[in-house]
Parts: sequence; C-alpha cells; structure tokens
Amino acid sequence: MFLINCPYCGERDQSEFTAGGEAHIVRPKQPTELSDDQWAEFLFMRKNIKGVQLERWNHAHGCRKWFNMARDTSNDRIHAVYKMGEKPPIK
Amino acid sequence: MSENLRITNNKFVDQTTRISFKFDGKILYGFKGDTLASALLANNIHLVGRSFKYHRPRGIMACGSEEPNAIVQVGNDASMTEPNTRATEIELYEGLEASSQNCWPSVNFDIGAVNNFFSPLIPAAFYYKTFMWPANFWKLYEYFIRKSAGLGKSPTEPDKDIYDHRYLHCDVLVVGGGVSGIMAAKTAAKNNLNTLLIDDKNILGGSTIYQKNECFKINNFYSNEWIKKEIETLNSLKNLIIKTRTSLAAYHSYNYLLARENLTDHLNLNERKNKIRQRLWKIRAKKVIIATGAMERPLIFNNNDRPGIILSSSIKKYIDYYGVKCGQKISLFTNNDSAYETAISLNNSGVNVNSVVDIRDKTNSLIVKQAEKLGIKIHWKSTVVNTSGYKKINSIEIMKLSDDGTAVVEKKIKEECDCLGIAGGWTPRVHLFTQSGGKLKFRDEDNVFLPDKSELDQISIGSCNGDFELDEIIRNSANSINKFLNLNNNDYENLEIISSKEIDKKNIWLLPSDKPLGKTKPFLDFQNDSTANDIKLALREGFKSIEHVKRYTTTGMATDQGKLSNMHALGIIAETAGVKMGELGTTTFRPPYTPLTFGAIVGRNVGEFFDITRRTPMHDWHVENKAKFENVGQWKRAWYYPIDNENMHEAVQRESKAARDSAGILDASTLGKIDIQGSDASEFLNRVYTNAWSKLEIGKCRYGLMLNEDGMVYDDGVTTRLSENHYLMTTTTGGAANVLSKLEDYLQTEWPELDVYLTSVTDHYGTVSICGPNSKKILSKIIPDLDLSDKDFPHMSFKNALIDNIKCRVMRISFTGEHSYEINIQSSYAKSVWEKCFEAGKEFNITPYGTETMHLLRAEKGFIIAGQDTDGTMTPVDLQMDWIISKKKYDFIGKRSLYRSDTIRKDRKQLVGLLTDDPKEILEEGAQIVAETNKQPIEMLGHVTSSYFSPNLNKSIALAIVKNGKKLKGQKLFVPMKNKTINVTITDTVFLDKENKRLNA
Repeated sequence: MFLINCPYCGERDQSEFTAGGEAHIVRPKQPTELSDDQWAEFLFMRKNIKGVQLERWNHAHGCRKWFNMARDTSNDRIHAVYKMGEKPPIK
Repeated sequence: MSENLRITNNKFVDQTTRISFKFDGKILYGFKGDTLASALLANNIHLVGRSFKYHRPRGIMACGSEEPNAIVQVGNDASMTEPNTRATEIELYEGLEASSQNCWPSVNFDIGAVNNFFSPLIPAAFYYKTFMWPANFWKLYEYFIRKSAGLGKSPTEPDKDIYDHRYLHCDVLVVGGGVSGIMAAKTAAKNNLNTLLIDDKNILGGSTIYQKNECFKINNFYSNEWIKKEIETLNSLKNLIIKTRTSLAAYHSYNYLLARENLTDHLNLNERKNKIRQRLWKIRAKKVIIATGAMERPLIFNNNDRPGIILSSSIKKYIDYYGVKCGQKISLFTNNDSAYETAISLNNSGVNVNSVVDIRDKTNSLIVKQAEKLGIKIHWKSTVVNTSGYKKINSIEIMKLSDDGTAVVEKKIKEECDCLGIAGGWTPRVHLFTQSGGKLKFRDEDNVFLPDKSELDQISIGSCNGDFELDEIIRNSANSINKFLNLNNNDYENLEIISSKEIDKKNIWLLPSDKPLGKTKPFLDFQNDSTANDIKLALREGFKSIEHVKRYTTTGMATDQGKLSNMHALGIIAETAGVKMGELGTTTFRPPYTPLTFGAIVGRNVGEFFDITRRTPMHDWHVENKAKFENVGQWKRAWYYPIDNENMHEAVQRESKAARDSAGILDASTLGKIDIQGSDASEFLNRVYTNAWSKLEIGKCRYGLMLNEDGMVYDDGVTTRLSENHYLMTTTTGGAANVLSKLEDYLQTEWPELDVYLTSVTDHYGTVSICGPNSKKILSKIIPDLDLSDKDFPHMSFKNALIDNIKCRVMRISFTGEHSYEINIQSSYAKSVWEKCFEAGKEFNITPYGTETMHLLRAEKGFIIAGQDTDGTMTPVDLQMDWIISKKKYDFIGKRSLYRSDTIRKDRKQLVGLLTDDPKEILEEGAQIVAETNKQPIEMLGHVTSSYFSPNLNKSIALAIVKNGKKLKGQKLFVPMKNKTINVTITDTVFLDKENKRLNA
C-alpha cells in the first residue's frame, strides 16, 4: 500500500487514489487527419516496462485532481510526483 | 491429570488455578497459563489429529505458530466454532472445548487410516493423475474429493463476535519481543521515538525468558533474570506501546503492516461478552525493526512423524516454561548444540534423558561438555534410522553414519523411549522480510536464508538475521539498532556475556536409513503429508523449479505454509539436482504469516455496513406503498408496486397500461445529475457528445450520446441549457460517478484551457417524473400559473417554476414516448412534491411505476439502456443511431474511431427489434440467436438484450444485437432454448407510435 504525496494535499494512503495508466500520452489535436495506425498508437499502445514508469494518478477520494507520478514498477518506489502540464523531473 | 508429568517449581503457569476443558468430549484439567497443547501433554495426550492424506496418527510437534500437526477445531457453536487453530497457540480457558480434525469416527480409530496401507498407491500428484479421465466423471470424483479434503468444519451460522479495525502511526515498529526486540524497543523509546513493540505471545521475552543455564549468562545473571529486568525498564518508558497476543500478519510496501491483536481468545466465555474479539491494526511505521527470531527445524528420517516426536526446543519450553514433561524416558536426536540445552533442562527437572543421538563426529563446546559432565549419554556420528509405536513412539533404532554421511554402518541399536526430541538446526523467520519485497541471500555454513537487500526503511536483527549465539545477538543487535536509528545508545556495551559457542556444524537434509528410500517414510511436510520420496519423484518426473515442485507435491502448501518443511524440501531438491541452495532460491512467502479469521479481515464492515446504501428522498413513500426494490449500483430503486397478491409480471402489466392510458409517476431521482457552468460549457459539450450543442437554445433540452475514444457507446442522457453558460447534464444511474470522473479527466488533462466547472448534484435534487395522456392536467393542478401549451412549453424544453414558493425546474422530456414532465426540486422537498403529484393525479388513476415498467415502456419505443442494450462493443452506428453523429463537428470524443477498420467492418452486430412468431412467447434476455438449427457447431449471430410482454401491444417484444442485423429486417431466425426452438422475425426497433404522436397527446 503506497504512501502517495499528492501535490495538492500532501501524503495520503493509496486507497484514496485511482491509477490512470501511462502519462504523457497527448490526445492528438487533429484526430481526423491520422491514419488508422497513428490513431491506434494513441488509442491502444501502452508501455509496460520494468523500471521507472511515468503514470497518471487521481486523488479520487480527496481533491479529485489528476497528477503524474514517476514510479519504479520493479519495487514500487515513487521517485517523483508532479502536476499535470509539468515536465517529468526525471527521465 | 497424571501428576507425575508436572514439575512444581514453575513461575509461568499458575498451579493454584485449575482449569477444566474438554478435548474430544473428555473432561480434562490444566492450569492458568497453559496452552491447549501443554495441558494435553500434561495429561499424557500426544495423539491429537490424523494426517491429511494417509490419516497417520499425529501428535503435538512444536510450541508456537509453526505447529503443523496439532490443529484442532475449537468450540461447537454453529456460529462461533473455528477450524484449523493451532493447539500450541490456544491459551487455556475455563470451558474450552476442542476436538481433533480430519478423522472419522475418532482420532483413535480412524477409517481413513487405510490410506496409510495404500500409500505406495498414493504418490505425489495422485489426484492430478487419477481424476483426469473420463472427463464427465469429474462430477462424481469431485463429490468424494471434497468430502475427504479440508481439515476442520466451517461454522454454519453468522459469526456473533465483534471485530475491529484501527490505524496506528509510529516512528519505529519492533516486531518480536525476544532479546533483540526488547533491546530495539528500549533504545528507540528512550530516545524519544514513538515506538510500538508487538509480540504474538502473552508475555515478552521470547525463549530467553525461561533460559536458565550456566552456559548463558549476562553480567553474572542467568539470561532469564537479565531479560526480566530489561522488560521491567520497558514498562516505565513513555513513548512505548507494547502489544502482546498480537501477531504480525502482513508486511506491505511503504512500511504498511497489518497486525492481529487477540483480545478475548484467552478469556473464559463469560468474560468475553460484549468485548471485541480481535482487532486488526493497520500500521504505518516510519521504520521497522524485525526481530522475529528463528524456529527449529525437524530432522528428516524414516517414520519421523509419530506422536511423541517433538522439536527439541519445544520439549525445552514445555519443561522450562509450562512445567510439563513431554515424556519420562526422552531421547534426543540432533545435528547441532541446541539439543544439549534441552538435555540439561530435562536433567535439571529430574527427567531421565536416555541419550542424545548426534550426527556429528564429536564436539567440545561448553554446553556439550556440561551435558557430558551431567552423565548424559551421547551417540556420536549416529542417526536414527527408524521409530516404532503406532499411536505413540515407543522406541528408536540407532545406527552409525558412514564417513561421508550417505549411508549407515555397523550394528543397529534399539532404544526404548516415550518421546523423541529432534533438533535439525535453526531457520531464521524471514517471512516478514520477504513479504515486504526483500531479497534473501544464503549462508552455506548454517544452511540458512538471510535478509539481504530491501527497498524499505527496515532492518532485521537477532536470530532472524542469522545471529544464533547470545553474545553475537546482543553485540550485533546493539550496533545495528544504533546505526539504523542514528543513535549512540551505550546500554549494551561492556556487558560480560557467557555464551556457549557452537564449534562443529554438520547437516544432512535427508538422513540415510538401512532400508531403501522407497521403503521408508521420511516426512517433510507433516500437515500435507509429503515425504522426501515425493520430492524425489517430482524431480524424476522432470520438475525443476522449486515453485513447480512445491505445487506438484503440495509441500509447504498447508495452513502452516511450510514453516517447518520448506528448508528441507529445498535442501533435498538442491542435493538431488546437484545445484547450490543459494542458486535454487526459495518459494514466495505470502501474507498472512499465520492464518487470519475472516472476522478480523472484515472488521465492522458487516451487514448494513458492508456497502453504502443510497436511498432517494421518496424512499419512505415507496416503502409505505409496498414497493419491491432492486439494487442499481448502490441505489435502492422502486422496482414495481404489487397490489394485493400480484406477482411481478401482473404488477408490471398493470403499471405499464396505466402509464399509457392515463398517467404514471416514477421516481427518477437516481439519474446522475452534473451541473456544468463556465464560458466554454457549450464547447465542452460539443467535445464530449456526438451531436452538436452550440445552437441549443436556452431553455431547451437535448438527448446526447457519449462515446469512449474507441468509438463505443459509454453513456447517454438529456442535457438542458439553463442559461447561456449553464447546463444540467443527466447520466444513467449506474454511470453517474464514472461519467463525472471521465469529464473531469478531460478537463484537467486534455483541455485545461476550457473555462468549465463540473459539480455533481445527483443528491441535491429529487426528480418526479409524471407521464401519460393526463400528465399535463395533473401538472397544471400543481403549478396552475405555468403555461403548458405545446407552443410555449414544447417537448424537449424546460421552465423554472415555483411549487409552494419553492423553486423547481420542470423539464418536458420523455423516456416512455408519452407526454411527460420531470420536476427537479431540492431533495428535502421532493417527497412532498411527489405526494402532491400523487394526490393531484388520483382522479386520473395516477399509477406509481418502478424500474421494470420504465424498462418495458422504453423498449416499446425502442429507446436503449446504455449498459443493457450496449456492452462496450457497440458504436452509435451499430445501434442504428447514425442520426446522432454530427457530420459538421471537427472532433468529439470517439469520432476518429467511428471509421477505424474494425468499426466499419461489414459484419458487425447491430441493434434490431425481434418479434416472436407466437406473440405470447417471451424471449429470455441473453438468449442466443441463430439462422440454422441443424448444423453443428451453430454460428451464433447475436443475443437478446431486452425482452418484455407489452400489454399495450398485446404481444411479446424484444431488442437484440444481431450480426448484420440492419440488413436482415423481415428475416426469420431462431432462438434455440433448452427444450424448444423459438421462431422470431427481425423488425424495426420501434414497436409503438413510430410517428411520435403520443408525445404531444
């Protein structure tokens, strides 16, 4: 059970949050101009890496804000938490 | 009680307080402070259960949570009886009733024991291999397997006990109250750290609290005296919470731990009343110190499972702590020094030790010398090759080991005994460490797995970290604690410690016998009855991974999770396969460390607290009017309102007819309501719905369909434009929370530039829906000054109004196809408005209807229910709702997906209407639809999604999704059922009033 440092509320138990999958997948501005393959890349293709992964989280039972998190999937260590729109603090 | 099995000079058991209890129906006596196991041993009862597979007699083997055999059923109350509890952990209380498990008719005469004679026929994976074929015999097999599987009996009635959950935050959590744990707790608390110390026993001190031996002294005190003083200082520390009878169940990431505290299990039944039985502590610790100690291993030799064969350290605890002799003529069998501590303790208490059988050549450690001085006989370089005695051990056979330890030599010596202590070395309790994700390393010289790397802020100290000698434990623990807590505590420096050192080490995982292996029964896992032979068989059959061998042989898979058996299994595999143990790795230790009751897991979340129940403001009215309710998500919704003895079908037919003939009233409060405000509200709706919203006039309503990005229908509902920048969106009842989350997600992450604010107002407004040809007349009675003319208040529009000076919103919208209105009013007034409508409608026979009638009425009109007629694979085109997709909008959620290669496939399924040839035949929802009935396999074209008997059309109607259904209108198809095949015809989805005349009737 993680302890997540919500950028708006501070440290909270994981049970207050929901996970939203891989972060930094931008919805294309002109979907109609994309080929099936390009659209599928946005729609379906997600990474599943062992190591530090950037992912979206929502403080669903708190401030309801979405934010991003850099988490190592191999040991669940959270390396960084940052607001939507901000660049990931680590690569 | 056989008096001669108790010694009297004992401080831990109160021999002045006698306690009576029942075991297998027989009344017995013990003392306060006993466990069930110690009391049984004092009564000379060793045989307490039968083994799982072969039904061999089994006795008490240990004295703590690792006990594999003495698992008993406690209590016989249908709601409170508890199976699979360890007799070694049950504190004796007045009135305790316990019984043996897995035996019939009794533990002394067990019919299942014939399995023992057939055991060559029941090797590892016998069940997997035997019950494979013929496949249709499984039903028969299952019955018998289920009967013979399982150990105790589950309670048949709900648990009456109270359980509780609590949170606890601390700076330092110390798990285990032995020497190192006490040192850690004292050091931490003295230095102003909020500290929690937990131990699963009723008192602190571990095995040191009863260690009174010349070979283990600190500052000239016996170690038991020293630790007693340490415990006394603990009690004066302010920052320390001590929880005994508390077992750490699970260690999760981020130092989140679960511990179960037993609060009443040691009390007699009267004292327990109205008290919480167990509490599950949810602990968040900044730092964790694991000091869980080590447990003794058995030795693996032929017939090592007889009652009376007990771990040597447990015999020591029974004599030193409980004052109970496990036998009068005890033999000991060991590969290390610790059996000599037992020998000395027994000797000091006047128990005759026959001999110590030691597999080592000879050793001269302090403790061995002391044993020799006491005249204890030692068989060096020897092994036990067999034991005798069916229900209790009565003799052992001893032989010399060959130089390489792989065979036995010379003459067999027979030794009579009534108890055999076995000491196979020590296994550090690393379970918690590995649960938390820590990795282990292997230390060859002691054959132990030890904590290595961990991601968390935690350390292991003491014997769970591989320190087995008293001086090592104290010195290394003191250093580790200081380093870990960043302190300079010097309480434990310069202690004068006497500690016997083990000099010679020798280990043989599977001891040789004079018989071939196949003729012997060297048990590894006592609870699941797997032997060394089973492990070897698995290896011969090609299993290599320890995880596979474990599952194939079931070694380590019993309720004790192989606490005693795992190391030997690994050792034998490594030896047989010729690999190093460190390379082999271990199986995974999973929580809980010891079994948890369901009660402790569930806590207070039982009965009505299991889940939230949401009720509408009119709920009480529905109850008074005898509504039947259905659960829709967390909501209780009125389902139908039976009158007299009506069944559901009759009630729904009556309600449906009344709604179309005159007037019906529905509680629509559960529909999700989202208040949308902001200068970009219209643009936002344009992006989330498939149709266009910019041109919707103020005061008008519009139906919208919401898709996922994959183009599939997600939710639907009517949205009303209340003012220029203010909308009220409705969603399906079940989808409300998800829709809000999804919209919030887009607003926050994709379109942060939009000026839009969303507020859930589902609970803030109650909604009364009145429909039918007389609905207009009813509404005009309630709000007389409202112009209800079609011109001024047409279908799909909204007006603000006042009812008794209370503001409300009236929408003229319809989910039934009838002329109808929905009144939204602040929840606290909703019930009175409902009653007002009902009163006003009485002259028109206004009929309350529930969700079932609502579904029927909308099906007559072919309106979909998202989630019933759609299932996440339906696009608006599949629903034949092409009209709702805006051609002009550049983009909306899911638009691009509507022409993916998959969504434009020619053979997709589409929503269609179905009529049965026999108008009385009602289809089953979910029934499959086929074109041919003779061919096998039949191609499934689709299935029925909604089906009703329409009283207004006097025939059965259904909606279905059918492959290529759009082009099949008029086609005859079949719905094959169990006993018959129903003929159907594909039709349009709208069955009633295609011209929408009734909307303005």
